[in-house]
Amino acid sequence: MPKFLSDLIASPRFSFYVTGLLFIILFGIGSVSFEGFFSPQVFLNLFIDNAALIIVTVGVTFCILSGGGGIDLSVGAVVSLTCMSLAYLMRETSIGPYTSMFLVLFIGVAIGLINGFFITFFKLQPFIVTLGTMFLCRGLTAMISRDSVPIDNAVYGELAFTSLEIGDCFLSLGACIALIVVVIATIVLRYTSFGRSVYAIGGNEQSARLMGIRVDRVRLLVYVISGVCSALGGIAYSWIMLSGYTLHGLGMEMDAIASSVIGGTQLMGGVGFIPGTLLGVMIQGTILTIISFQGTLSAWWTKIVVGILLCLFIVMQALVTEHKNRLMRLNAEGSAKKAKKAK
Amino acid sequence: MDKLKQFTQSSLMLPLCALAVLLLFNAIFVDDFFTISMMENGNLYGRPIDILYRASSLIILALGMTFVIATGGIDISVGAVVAISAATCCLMLGGDISGVPEHPFIVAIIAALCAGIISGIWNGTLVAKFKIQAMVATLILMTSGRGIAQLLTDGQIITVYYTPFSYIGGNIPGVMVPTAMIIAFLMVCLVVFLDRKTSLGLMIQSVGINPTASRYAGVKVTAVLFAVYIFSGFCAGTAGLIEGSLIRAADANNAGLNMEMDAILAVTLGGTLMVGGRYYIGGTIIGAITIQTLTTTMYAVGVSSDRLPAIKAIVILLIITIQSERFKELYRNWRLKKSKEAANA
Amino acid sequence: MASNESDLILEMKNIDMFFPGVKALKDVTFNLKKGEIHSLMGENGAGKSTLVKVLTGVYQKTNGSIRFDGEIIEPKSPKESQEMGISTVYQEVNLCSNLTVAENIFIGREPRGKFNQIDWQTMNKNAKQLLHDELGIDIDVTKVLDFYPVAMQQMIAIARAIDTKCKILILDEPTSSLSDRETERLFQIMRNLKNMGISIIFISHFLEQIYTICDRVTILRDGTYVGAYDLKELPRIQLISKMMGKEIKEDEIEAVVDKSVPEKENFIETDNVTVPGKVKDLTMNIKKGEVVGFGGLLGSGRTEIAEMLFGITEKTQGTIKVDGVEVSVKSPMDQMKNRLAFCPEDRKLAGIIGDLSVRENIILAMQAKDGMFKHMPRHKQNELADYYIDLLRIKVSDREQLIKNLSGGNQQKVIIARWLATEPNLLILDEPTRGIDVGTKTEIEGLAVRLAKEKRMSVVFISGEMGEMVRTCSRILIIRDHEKITELNGDEISTAHIMQAIAGDYHGQA
Repeated sequence: MPKFLSDLIASPRFSFYVTGLLFIILFGIGSVSFEGFFSPQVFLNLFIDNAALIIVTVGVTFCILSGGGGIDLSVGAVVSLTCMSLAYLMRETSIGPYTSMFLVLFIGVAIGLINGFFITFFKLQPFIVTLGTMFLCRGLTAMISRDSVPIDNAVYGELAFTSLEIGDCFLSLGACIALIVVVIATIVLRYTSFGRSVYAIGGNEQSARLMGIRVDRVRLLVYVISGVCSALGGIAYSWIMLSGYTLHGLGMEMDAIASSVIGGTQLMGGVGFIPGTLLGVMIQGTILTIISFQGTLSAWWTKIVVGILLCLFIVMQALVTEHKNRLMRLNAEGSAKKAKKAK
Repeated sequence: MDKLKQFTQSSLMLPLCALAVLLLFNAIFVDDFFTISMMENGNLYGRPIDILYRASSLIILALGMTFVIATGGIDISVGAVVAISAATCCLMLGGDISGVPEHPFIVAIIAALCAGIISGIWNGTLVAKFKIQAMVATLILMTSGRGIAQLLTDGQIITVYYTPFSYIGGNIPGVMVPTAMIIAFLMVCLVVFLDRKTSLGLMIQSVGINPTASRYAGVKVTAVLFAVYIFSGFCAGTAGLIEGSLIRAADANNAGLNMEMDAILAVTLGGTLMVGGRYYIGGTIIGAITIQTLTTTMYAVGVSSDRLPAIKAIVILLIITIQSERFKELYRNWRLKKSKEAANA
Repeated sequence: MASNESDLILEMKNIDMFFPGVKALKDVTFNLKKGEIHSLMGENGAGKSTLVKVLTGVYQKTNGSIRFDGEIIEPKSPKESQEMGISTVYQEVNLCSNLTVAENIFIGREPRGKFNQIDWQTMNKNAKQLLHDELGIDIDVTKVLDFYPVAMQQMIAIARAIDTKCKILILDEPTSSLSDRETERLFQIMRNLKNMGISIIFISHFLEQIYTICDRVTILRDGTYVGAYDLKELPRIQLISKMMGKEIKEDEIEAVVDKSVPEKENFIETDNVTVPGKVKDLTMNIKKGEVVGFGGLLGSGRTEIAEMLFGITEKTQGTIKVDGVEVSVKSPMDQMKNRLAFCPEDRKLAGIIGDLSVRENIILAMQAKDGMFKHMPRHKQNELADYYIDLLRIKVSDREQLIKNLSGGNQQKVIIARWLATEPNLLILDEPTRGIDVGTKTEIEGLAVRLAKEKRMSVVFISGEMGEMVRTCSRILIIRDHEKITELNGDEISTAHIMQAIAGDYHGQA
């Protein structure tokens, strides 16, 4: 194997490149197959349609990165709860849309704190705890209303249709926020102590503790971030749906986890890249778009294709790890040989 | 006294208490809760029967899940496998309105079970051979499983008019007890047999507690892992038959929806820890019945099905917290402090 | 003591440390002078690591005082002690393998830029500079840590420790994964640091290294303080005898067992067997009904040979014969079928199944051998468990007690029972008496001898405690650097001879 290729595979960004390449290929397939697919607006629509999922996936990625079985299953339910709360607040109370949006963010904080508290203080499995809060949020949503509640606040509606003109095309407010969240998360993970601590505890909790990182604090914060992201995702979701309903965001947690894995995040924790996560969501979006352009295929093909992609990526990760181990062995043997020669 | 102490400290204590509290609540607030009567067609009827009947699929899934969790793994694909199995069975029987099946009933049943087992082999290969984390490995099938089920039925809801098919989810004519309960009972017997009469249980637990030491003691870790995922697939296949028969149709979207979560919950409530190791078949069964009792109770007092999860969540969080090491430690310290204070006073 | 108070950078006085139920340190004293390299020595379980962890704040001492740089300190966490200037490099690399080399060196104190963001460029530059200047290593610091071999990771850990502007540097067995050249480089660095006035605590099992680099040594035994000595005035044999707590005379020969080899028939033979990085070109045999010892220092390859024999690691070269027939060994099960048994060194990690009962732990190997469907009925299990509990005098409240609640010695007996139940022809005991009380120790030694004599079982006895091997073995293979260097037979076996053989001064009578 040429050295360049070998180094590329061993580089931590390898799965990001693969995800990027895959996205380009998929988009290319769509462009070649269907007329009108290759347009800037179709591309931008990927952001517009998946704004909520992008934001939610960023939060979930934080949880997965922090390791220790880190995962957040409550995100979809939080999305649903925020949509419903927004609808309720604007319909039944005199609270304005901006205040409402500000208030519902605290739902995310609260759920994140509950998750983080049970996980760090009682040392419970994130899977079970967040499964619990998932049920809690779905139930609470239904307690507000069992039926779909429309959001008919005029100001809010205007907000939902606000868009940023880019040439002939446009980007909705939700999509803009999603992109901002992605940028902020990328910066936080790369350029702050907190961000690097998340990677460190995901890589080796014991070592991180010995290096002086306050593991529990970082982990608690990670779940709060995920909660806030879900609430924000809920707001973006409500701009598309303009309603609150118990079935909003159903199964979103699994979409988010799948996107994150396709984007190169390793479920063991410690390895992942937010822009990769974004690409993971967009790949899912592209598949959906292709299927809708095709017209005759059903939507469930998306699920199968996503499953196949997941499988490919997981096997690829296993192979890459193997490759790295082999490189390491070669390295070790090489240095041993050198040492012998020096003698 | 010793016996009592032993009992209060046993792991079955907590799930049993939870169930007892629920039943007590029912006895007080729900009229005729414990009444079992015979319907005109000779079938038994009543809330307790209803609970057991509706808990059957969950019990079956949770049995398979218990073994998986005991090895330190998880299988989140069972809900999707239920859908695949139901779809397979309905596909084999066909939707002919005259009620004539396309293939013999027995072939359809075997096909459905095989679908479950194949799913299990897939999961087992990923986990045992490729050493992929169980959660990720089973996520693949969870995501694509419903798609596969729809692929089988071509996106249609196949309604089966073949009458014997409905016996699985209902009653076999002339038998008082719902068939699902009988199947669940047989599965429990099978699991108890595996647990008591083979060394599978010992192997599963030792792999779950300490895989390295197990390997050093000659346990074939890979084979054990493989076996539990296949068994979980088989359980899901069986549950798929029941679920399919209940609505006499293959509904790829809704068959077995969220059942993986309920199954995991039942196992956890039963005292089996998510990290693996000791498992409690009895606890799992009680856990599954508790979940169903909770559901039925809430319906009985007028809580709607979509609000139910909130109450479920509080029960779960409460129970797993009480089970946690940290809580026990805090409780011990608190007791110690109390007794010290008492001594001082 | 000749040194006056102001010379001392660290004074640990009357340190006691309890673990639940166990007293790990009893009245230990430890003094460290400014700018000296001080070795902390003792056998496994003597309390070296515990003492270090008390100093670095991982554990909290129960009693005693620590005076550091003139002030009494009470370190509560590794972070706290690090900030005071006590840096540690642990035995296992304690870094994050998913972060880059530069990050691992600087995490928690990264250089900051204009917006208080992490300044990666400066960080990478500094890391490169540091590794180059201090350690003479030139590597790509932007690569992820697990790209590099363990030895390099160890050097990076050292770089991290040096950089924290420390006053005391603790090196806990840093050389076990380093090559000679790398060790030499490390020593050079240590000398440089010493000249800069930094005090170093150096823990190592390699005597040679201790004498090369250290000025003084403090010896611990069973959690108690033996003494502190100037290495120039302490001959090696004295040092070893102090660690073991026993005076050794040159001519002392402890003949407890019949040293004659009763049979000539080989049970297992290996011919030029190699496992990369673990076993080098091993040719040896084990006869029926003899107790063979593998002698050598910790990390010499004793355990690796045992693991190879039992099929835990796969050989790449050479042949293994059992009863004269060449066998293919791919897994422990293969060797179990050839009637081998192996009690591993690390009881907790590879021996006991903690949450299972004594009964289940005993029948496990037998059941694994029999397969899933040849289930042993419960009453037979009970009989078997009771038989071995009785035979080996395992102290349990009843057979259903969880093994994790037993003492170390009884856990070890359960593991031995597990293997005896499979009726092996060769029983490998790897450090069977480590961390076990004296009474049980003697019992296990006696058992090994009895099994060989009465049941014609071959026994491999691996122990770092030489007296033990002298008492039990009729033949000892001396292992060094993963190679067999010589054998001691019958009357040659004595503590002194073993030590000389390990040191390379004794080559046997033959």
